[in-house]
Formats: sequence, structure tokens, C-alpha cells
Amino acid sequence: MKDAFGTPQSLLVLGGTSEIGLATARRLVARRTRTVWLAGRPSPGLEKAAAGLRELGADVRTVAFDALDSESHEAVLGKIFAEGDIDMVLLAFGILGDQARDEDEPLSAVRVAQTNYTGAVSAGLVCARSLQAQGHGALVVLSSVAGERARRTNFIYGSSKAGLDAFAQGLGDALHGTGVHVMVVRPGFVRSKMTAGLEEAPMATTPEAVAEAIETGLRRRSETVWVPGALRVVMSALRHVPRAVFRRLPV
Amino acid sequence: MATPETVSVSGWGRTAPSTARLIRPRSPEEAVAALEACGERGGIARGLGRAYGDAAQNAGGAVLDMTGMDRIHAIDADAGTVLCDAGVSLHHLMEVLLPLGWFVPVTPGTRYVTVGGAIGTDIHGKNHHGSGSFSRHVMAVELLTADGEVRAVESGTPLFDATAGGMGLTGVILAATLQLQPVETSLMTVDTERATDLDDLMARLTATDHRYRYSVAWIDLLARGASMGRAVLTRGDHAPLDALPPRARRDPLAFRPGRLPAAPDFLPEGLLGRKSVGLFNELWYRKAPRLRVGELQKMSTFFHPLDGVPHWNRVYGRGGFVQYQFVVGYGKEEALRRIVRRISDRGCPSFLAVLKRFGEGDPGWLSFPMPGWTLALDIPANLPGLGVFLDELDEEVAASDGRVYLAKDSRLRPEMLAAMYPRLDDFRALRADLDPRGLFRSDLSRRLAL
Repeated sequence: MKDAFGTPQSLLVLGGTSEIGLATARRLVARRTRTVWLAGRPSPGLEKAAAGLRELGADVRTVAFDALDSESHEAVLGKIFAEGDIDMVLLAFGILGDQARDEDEPLSAVRVAQTNYTGAVSAGLVCARSLQAQGHGALVVLSSVAGERARRTNFIYGSSKAGLDAFAQGLGDALHGTGVHVMVVRPGFVRSKMTAGLEEAPMATTPEAVAEAIETGLRRRSETVWVPGALRVVMSALRHVPRAVFRRLPV
Repeated sequence: MATPETVSVSGWGRTAPSTARLIRPRSPEEAVAALEACGERGGIARGLGRAYGDAAQNAGGAVLDMTGMDRIHAIDADAGTVLCDAGVSLHHLMEVLLPLGWFVPVTPGTRYVTVGGAIGTDIHGKNHHGSGSFSRHVMAVELLTADGEVRAVESGTPLFDATAGGMGLTGVILAATLQLQPVETSLMTVDTERATDLDDLMARLTATDHRYRYSVAWIDLLARGASMGRAVLTRGDHAPLDALPPRARRDPLAFRPGRLPAAPDFLPEGLLGRKSVGLFNELWYRKAPRLRVGELQKMSTFFHPLDGVPHWNRVYGRGGFVQYQFVVGYGKEEALRRIVRRISDRGCPSFLAVLKRFGEGDPGWLSFPMPGWTLALDIPANLPGLGVFLDELDEEVAASDGRVYLAKDSRLRPEMLAAMYPRLDDFRALRADLDPRGLFRSDLSRRLAL
């Protein structure tokens, strides 16, 4: 059960090796979280992540979960919820893809879209139903500023996040008044292994900073969280820049 | 019984809302039927929703709104006892009983609590140092337990002691018999004095509390340095008839509490910051007389000043607020000083902080009071770092063998509970026996694994 500050006692991370997901889990375990489920494709990395959280004192369990296998979501996630209330679901899975290659190989572009969007739609809806039955809980969805306006340099990833973002906002409205809180998190460029080797964008942030923003958002029951917060202003300006100019911007 | 509707429920602090099916039984039979309709996520009784935290909410399950059971069944005006439904408010009891020369034995800072809620949280009032908690004046309750049976539970039995302060988790209280307090008038004679700092305050309370039936001190937790813990003491008793001026003697038992307009629902957050609360506290302290003896006050002014503003909890805005109340035993004054200093150093904007001395502990297994000092304060929930700060205070309280009050709690770390409530194991064992399926459940019981 969450406390007055929205801090959960049990957490399910979908995308159990996500650096933002794990930074958030570490932060919440330091507060109130005792039970953590890490859902992801079975790998040594997933087990290592679980071990790291166990060292902090959490009761951690891993579960095999594949975002691309939508048909399995109902069964896999249903089993987790059957074990007890989940106070917070962090939808953290996602892949960046490789824009240049994805433009050449439509199938790999589709994989980006299916992971980030279709996978999230099915997992999000399955979790939403269980949370609604509980009468409480938070569904935190990791979106991205890349979804705010498509850019030449990463519009395949960006469009998948745009879809996810719109889906999560709508879901939040659908669940308004059910006790379930949907929070859309829009980080800017996050320094992590997913972005290793990429040129850093302005206002870059870290998984820890995103985790902190998530904790604050839970306390405030925010619906949208930008990380860093100033991105909200920047993006609302960029949204109105004419296409001809936007196309040429070095972002 | 109307079909249950799914609603969002929160405590008086307006933090951590959750949804539940609201069922409003109007008779014992309907309460039994409601219990059967609870479903697998169980149910919990709710009164007027004055518990600050999540004690009377039950996410995904049922919440039994007991205010539909609001009848006073019998009054014995000679012996001073009343048998009433659990959903009767103390306000209603006062309206009915004062003209007969009787008053509720214990009242908290609000009249808008139900009898069932008062027993379930075993509330205390300004007279705890002499009269003990509410449940000490309850002779018996009718308790609807998980097996669907309605039991007459007499004071002094284990089930009674588990139910008094049991947060509604032993069953649904349907009715109670209370022993009342005789009064000659509806006015109070009140002595007011200022204390210049915390030590002065504790000295004054210790020296003269026994002379007063009711005693409480409002404390300025934002004052720092030499005036840290400065306070205004208001202590008094029911005014005897001969203390009233001739005009008031014509209707000595009149009960006419005034009400101001309700606080609006759209107040912004952050209205109560360090500056505004600091200013309020300064004025409140300065406006109090250094010493005033024998002032006549209305009961509502003395006991329930906040009830004058309906929905006053909205002043904290949408983010709500957290109420923190703890007690540390006599001899642990150093811990109290340390905690007050920490709150003052941190500048927690609290304008409703009160300090009081408790008398003997009460028999309820999870009853809050114990002999010692209790401090209660409200803090806006959106104050950054508040969660960690209160956890640190918990450590201090537990290290001094003190405890925090569950009726106000919305954030306690579950591991702290056993140290604070030594009879927790007995409570859990009784519950396992009486309610093996865990029919009675609340967000509080989930959060704290009660």
C-alpha cells in the first residue's frame, strides 16, 4: 500500500534491466518498497539487477517477460498480481533502435515500434485492469521528449514514443477516479547504456535524476513529469517552431 | 439499502485516496447483509472520515458508511448513560444530552466523529490526564464480527480491549453504551497563560495540570532560539451554575455552536508556507493574554475551534497534509526537546501543534495513550523530504519507548509498529482467530500489516 507520499511498498518493473527502472527501484527501496518484481527477458543481467536490489534489503523476484510477445502478457502479469497487490508498475522497457539502419531495414524499425508501442499498449492495459481491481496503484510510463515532436535524427524511436505517450495520457484519463494514478514521464537525453556512443543532447540527465523526479511526481500525484523540469518550457517552444526551421535545427 | 457505488475515499488529510464500494447500512440487518457483500477484498467501517490517514479506506473492497445508523436508543438521565448506534456523532450527542445536564465523557478536537470511530481509534481529549481515553467510558459495544454474528462485548473482556483502538479490524461496531459526564452548564471556565519556551511550558503543565479537568497547550513550533517551544496554555473545567452571569443562568445548558462558511475546494497548495504560518503563529502567541483566569467560553470555542470552519482541511490544497502525533513517556523529556528542536530547526510550517500530558495508559491493546507527553502537528504533505524527516522522528520516538497514533498515521514504516505497540502480537493472534479470512481490512491494515 502506498503511503501519504505516494511511495509504494511493492513495485513491478517491466523492463527489469532498464537503468532508469533500476535507479527508480533503488530509490524507492531506500524509502518504503519491500517487494520488487523485475520482469524482463531472462538474462544474467536481469539476475544481477535483482541481486543488486536484494543487497539493499528488498525481496526481489524475477519473471520472464517479453514485450514483443503480447499474447503472453495477460498470463505473465496476471500471475504477478495474483501473488498480492502491486502498488506501482513502472513501464520501463523500450529500445532506441538505430535510425540509419532502421530506415534501411523496415523490419527492424517495426521491432522498435512493436516494443515501445504495441508491447506497452498490451502490457499497460493488462496492468491497468489489475490495478483497477485493486482500487489503488500507480502506473508510471517512461515516455520521452523524442515523442513530443518527431525529429529527423530519430523519428522512428520518436514516433513509437509519441504513440506510447498519447496512449498513456488517454489511459490516465480513462482511469481517472478509479484510484489508479497514471503518470507519464518524459525525460530528455538520459546518459545510460542505451545512449552510449551517441552524441549528448543539451539538458542531458541521468537515470538517478529521472528516479528522483518520479518519486516527486508520485508525491504530488503528477500526471506528467519532465526531466529536467525545464524541458517542459523548451519543448512547448519547440512545438511551435515552423517545420522549415525545425528541420534545420541541430537537435 | 441502496446499491453500492464506487467512490474515491481518503482520510481527513486528503492524501493517498483509493476507491472502494461504499455501502451505507441503516440497520443491524443491513450491516450483516453488507458484510456478506464485501467480496474478497474485505470491508471496513467508516464514520465521519476524520481519521487523518488511511484507516477508513479499503482499496478495491467495501467501505461501510456507518453514518446511516444514527439513532439514540435510550438515555438514562439519572444514571447518565446512553445507548446509541455507532454512527451517531458526538455533535448529535451533545445536542441531545446537554439539555439533560450530561456531556460526552471525552471529546477530541472535533465534534464530528462518530461513536464507533471514537471507540475504534480509542480517541482521547484534553481530559486524558484525569479521565483516560474514550473507551474507558464505554460500558459495552455491539460488535458485528466476521462470522456474521452480533456480539454484546462488555468492557474488560479481551475482545473489548482489542476493539478499543483496534481500528475497526475486529468487526463493525453497531452500537455502544456510554457513561456520561454530568455538567451544570454548557459553558467552560478557562484559564489562559503563556509559556515563554518549552521548558517553561513543561514546568507549568507538570505543576498545575492536576487542578484542571481539561488541559492543552498550543505550541509555536516555528519559534527558534530562546523562544523555541513557546506556547499558550488553555485549561479549564465545566462552569458551575453560580459562575454564570444572571442572564446566562436562564438557559445554562444552551448549545449553539457557530459555523462560518466552508473553506473552498480550490485553494492553491503552498498557502501555508513557513512565512504565512510563522506570521500566524506570531500573532496567535501575541494575542493570547499572559495570564487570564476564569474566562467563560462556549464549549465549541474551547473544545472544537476548528469545527467552526467546515472543510478546514482544504486549506492545505490538493496535496493534503500529514498529521504527526506521538507520545513519549515521563522521564523522556530530553527526547521531546530534541524532537521539538528538530522540527523548529527544519521550519515545518505547522500552525495546529498541540502539546498535552497524558495520564495512565488505557486498556485497549492498540490504544495510543500512555503516561507521558504527546505532541501533535500538521504538516503540508508536499513539503520536500518530509517522508525521510518523519521517519527520523519515528526512530527517535521508538528509541524512547514512545509511539505514534494510528488514527492520524498515513506513513509509518511497518517495521516500527511492533516496538511501539507491545501488544501487537496479541492483536494479530485474536484477529487470526476471529477473522481467519481477513474480512476486515483497510488500507492502513494493508500498509502496516496489522
